[in-house]
Amino acid sequence: MPILDRKLLRDLWHVKGQALAIAAVVACGVAIVVMTYGAMMSLRQTRDAYYERYRFADVFSQLRRAPERVTSQIASIPGVAAGEARITHYAALDIPSLNRPAAALLVSLPERGEPRLNRLALREGRLPLHGRDELVISENMAQALGYRPGAHLSVLLNGRKRSFTVVGIALSPEFVYTLPPGQLMADDKTFGILWIDRRILEAAYDLDGAFNDVSVLLSPGASEPEVIRRLDALLSRYGGTAAYGRADQISNAYVDQELEQLRTVALVIPPVFLAVAAFLINMVLSRLIDTERESIGLLKSFGYSNREVGWHYLKFSLAITALGVLAGMAGGLWLGQWMTGMYQSYFRFPFLEYRIDPAVFSAAVFVSFAAAVAGTWTAVLRAVGLAPAMAMQPPAPTVYRRTLLDRLGLDRFVSMPTQMILRHIERWPVRAAVTTSGAAMAVMLLVGLFFFFDAIDELIDTFYFQANRQDVVIGLVDQRGARAEFDVGHLTGIRAAEPVLEVPARLSSGHLSQRLGITGLRQGTRFRAFYDAAGRSFTLPERGIVLSNKLADLLAVHGGSKVDVDVLDSARRHAQLSVSGIAVEHVGLAAYMDQRALAELTGEPHTLTSVQALVDRAMQERFLKRLKDIPAVATVSTREQAISSLRDTMAQSMTIVIDFYIGLGAIIAFGVVYNAARISLSERGRELASLRVLGFTTGEVTYILLGELALLVVAALPLGCILGYGLGWLMSAAMETKLFRVPFVIYPATYGTAMTITLVSASASAVAVAWRISRLDLISVLKTRE
Amino acid sequence: MHASMMEMSPPSADAHVAFHVHGLTKTYRSGEIDVQALRGIDLDIFRSEILVLLGPSGSGKSTFLNILGGLDRPTSGEALFREHNLTKMSDRELTLYRRDHVGFVFQFYNLVPSLTARENVALVTEIAANPMKASDALAIVGLEARQDHFPAQLSGGEQQRVAIARAIAKRPEILLCDEPTGALDSETGIVVLEAIERINAELGTTSVVITHNVVIAEMGNRVASFADGRIADVRANASRRSARSLRW
Repeated sequence: MPILDRKLLRDLWHVKGQALAIAAVVACGVAIVVMTYGAMMSLRQTRDAYYERYRFADVFSQLRRAPERVTSQIASIPGVAAGEARITHYAALDIPSLNRPAAALLVSLPERGEPRLNRLALREGRLPLHGRDELVISENMAQALGYRPGAHLSVLLNGRKRSFTVVGIALSPEFVYTLPPGQLMADDKTFGILWIDRRILEAAYDLDGAFNDVSVLLSPGASEPEVIRRLDALLSRYGGTAAYGRADQISNAYVDQELEQLRTVALVIPPVFLAVAAFLINMVLSRLIDTERESIGLLKSFGYSNREVGWHYLKFSLAITALGVLAGMAGGLWLGQWMTGMYQSYFRFPFLEYRIDPAVFSAAVFVSFAAAVAGTWTAVLRAVGLAPAMAMQPPAPTVYRRTLLDRLGLDRFVSMPTQMILRHIERWPVRAAVTTSGAAMAVMLLVGLFFFFDAIDELIDTFYFQANRQDVVIGLVDQRGARAEFDVGHLTGIRAAEPVLEVPARLSSGHLSQRLGITGLRQGTRFRAFYDAAGRSFTLPERGIVLSNKLADLLAVHGGSKVDVDVLDSARRHAQLSVSGIAVEHVGLAAYMDQRALAELTGEPHTLTSVQALVDRAMQERFLKRLKDIPAVATVSTREQAISSLRDTMAQSMTIVIDFYIGLGAIIAFGVVYNAARISLSERGRELASLRVLGFTTGEVTYILLGELALLVVAALPLGCILGYGLGWLMSAAMETKLFRVPFVIYPATYGTAMTITLVSASASAVAVAWRISRLDLISVLKTRE
Repeated sequence: MHASMMEMSPPSADAHVAFHVHGLTKTYRSGEIDVQALRGIDLDIFRSEILVLLGPSGSGKSTFLNILGGLDRPTSGEALFREHNLTKMSDRELTLYRRDHVGFVFQFYNLVPSLTARENVALVTEIAANPMKASDALAIVGLEARQDHFPAQLSGGEQQRVAIARAIAKRPEILLCDEPTGALDSETGIVVLEAIERINAELGTTSVVITHNVVIAEMGNRVASFADGRIADVRANASRRSARSLRW
């Protein structure tokens, strides 16, 4: 091995602490990129493979009742590759271990064999045998309730209780995400999917030789709108609600939005991390090389060329960077796999395809190395630019000036060591600025990431306390007459109840349109408040329609605009309504109307889909239990449960990532300060040791070095907070999706936490450096020159 | 000298002169002060002689030596190594000049602390055209037994002898020593001087030695006295004393 390389290895070993700190920063940058992109791409890949292997349908439609022979007509629609007719129905469940109602979507299984479309991925057990009271339960509910094959489950089939044996546990591409009827949040304990032999459902729901649900797989190149148009035309006489594609299929829409959110986070945060890491490598390596000035002069005095010296130090930097890159890749791969696994349990995919894109790898590696090379190169150029004789001499005493403090005559109030600190900062403003901005970036990352938790809190506060004031939402098994409200209104513990009507509709303005449920509320509702963009509350007008702000954006309408409303039931009524208000909301897309006006629009007065109520706190438990006995009640969600469900589902996916980022942000804070301190020590070790020789105590000497760093870090705090505010804003804008908006709010405590983490990190590195100062070799200072 | 440079150079006017220096001045900035380190030096340095540069600190000796070694450039004047004008060489040419012809010994040794004695020598032999083996160079300074020690494990005198071994391992034509004994006690210093003396005798290396110790001047063929950036006086020693016989 050439001697220079041997020197390299030993030098690396000598600065191992710093090298590791730098490598850790590089590793964080690379790991985040690899992890996030890896997880994102793997999940997409997995979703696509899942949909394909289990033949997830492209078009869906629900109808009232169609005879079996219509199936062949569906199959003959041009562009239809396969169709599946079945029976689906919501039903209440009787689960003794639960103290509130539970429900399921019942889905029929063909009499023979597996479904052609939306196939089941059996996780355990088998499919039901023909004619037996057996069922397959969706994995989410089975796990939440602890059901295994062999368990018994009571289902209220059209009002009559019937006991089934669980024979299998399954997943389906159709129900990656399940939402209970009338609810906004998933709740695995009280809602699931049950697959039952078709004959049983035919008999129970009076659908002998008929079906009420159809799925269609398109042949390659087929036009989805065209197939939907023909399907609607065919099914309208059978009470078909408008058919829809994957984009409007609830489970798929949720999966898509989660992946979309993951993608935008991946687009914003990892590049920020990588940029910060690159900046730090650049700064740290260039200062590290600066301290090698004498060695560079010495090598040149032997006749080593600039190129040889440059290459030597470049290798030094590259070795450190390579260590970081390798660790980052390994860590990123591992974390990416782990993260994908986490998502997998959340999304409920039956298998996992882990995939990484070499281009992403290369980009992360390239940026890291480019930063290292740039930092090293500028420093080496500085050193080789000097005549060797100059380089080997200790640098001429740096020209210090009197600081502003001196000029103001305040210097006599300040001790000599403090003056040294101030003059040093004033003399090296760029260096000070670099250290400060490094620490500021750590604060920025932390503020910009912690912001997410504030956003969730804010979202919960505005959605569940300010806008929605009910304690419970009761979802009904089927659209019932207004009597259901009457039924629950009589229960003890209820303080007030209001029916809610939800009608599926397509809202359009020009070529823009959105499919969603219009919510019909009672005039003067006590349960729902609307806030405009300025934060002023307004009430539901009798006429017109109120849109949520995201919906208004998507339709490009504003207050006073007209929107076209097509009711998506068999009657297909159409109306043009004026937008009477725009309400700021963070969850979902919503449109609100006066209940009577909405009922008139559908032509079926007095229908309702859910009931919202205020409940006496002390009676809530009993009230929920009583609801179990009402067959019309499918599910109940309480505010607490909805909030925890929101935290679990919407927040969970992000929280996994954010927690990671925060940990890595702390590592960066440590890396920056530790390196700044160690380099200062090597630059000023002689000076400090000389002071020790003159009789300064270790504490006083430590103060000179660390006092300066403390000053720079403290200066970084407000700067970091400002930058973090900007990053938070960027994140909230980037994470906005159709179903979920992140409100932009940063609580004061968040700044406090971010600054505290940075200060703790900085203090930890200060302690490590202070220990070194206490061990300065005083004798060697006297014996040798710098 | 590098082959191409040799071919381009005109035949030597005086084969006995290693360096021809004329009107050399050097001004540099130290902090905010202009320092006139050399104020016009004229001197010929002969092949294979030991020239001692004597003078108080700040008199310009080191600056002069650095210019001879191609470590620094003069502000004006010229310094010719044989027929090659050091003052007109590019950085690249100076690098090759140092690599092939010059050995340096510094007052503070400047060993690379992360390399052993032998490796410190090998640092130079790896890039030299016709070096001796690192262990042979260490043998010349009497350190073959300590070659695997790191600088921190060697005494000051031993470190300086490693530095000398490192300087001579490439068989340089020129050996430039800046206060080689400055940091050493007299006994150790003499061992170091003996090494320089031996190399001069055995290899015929032109040696320029800086010192402010008048006793050491007695081992030189000639002595140039520096004062205030000028040469005050050059005298030849009628009879050289061996390093062994020196005492201070």
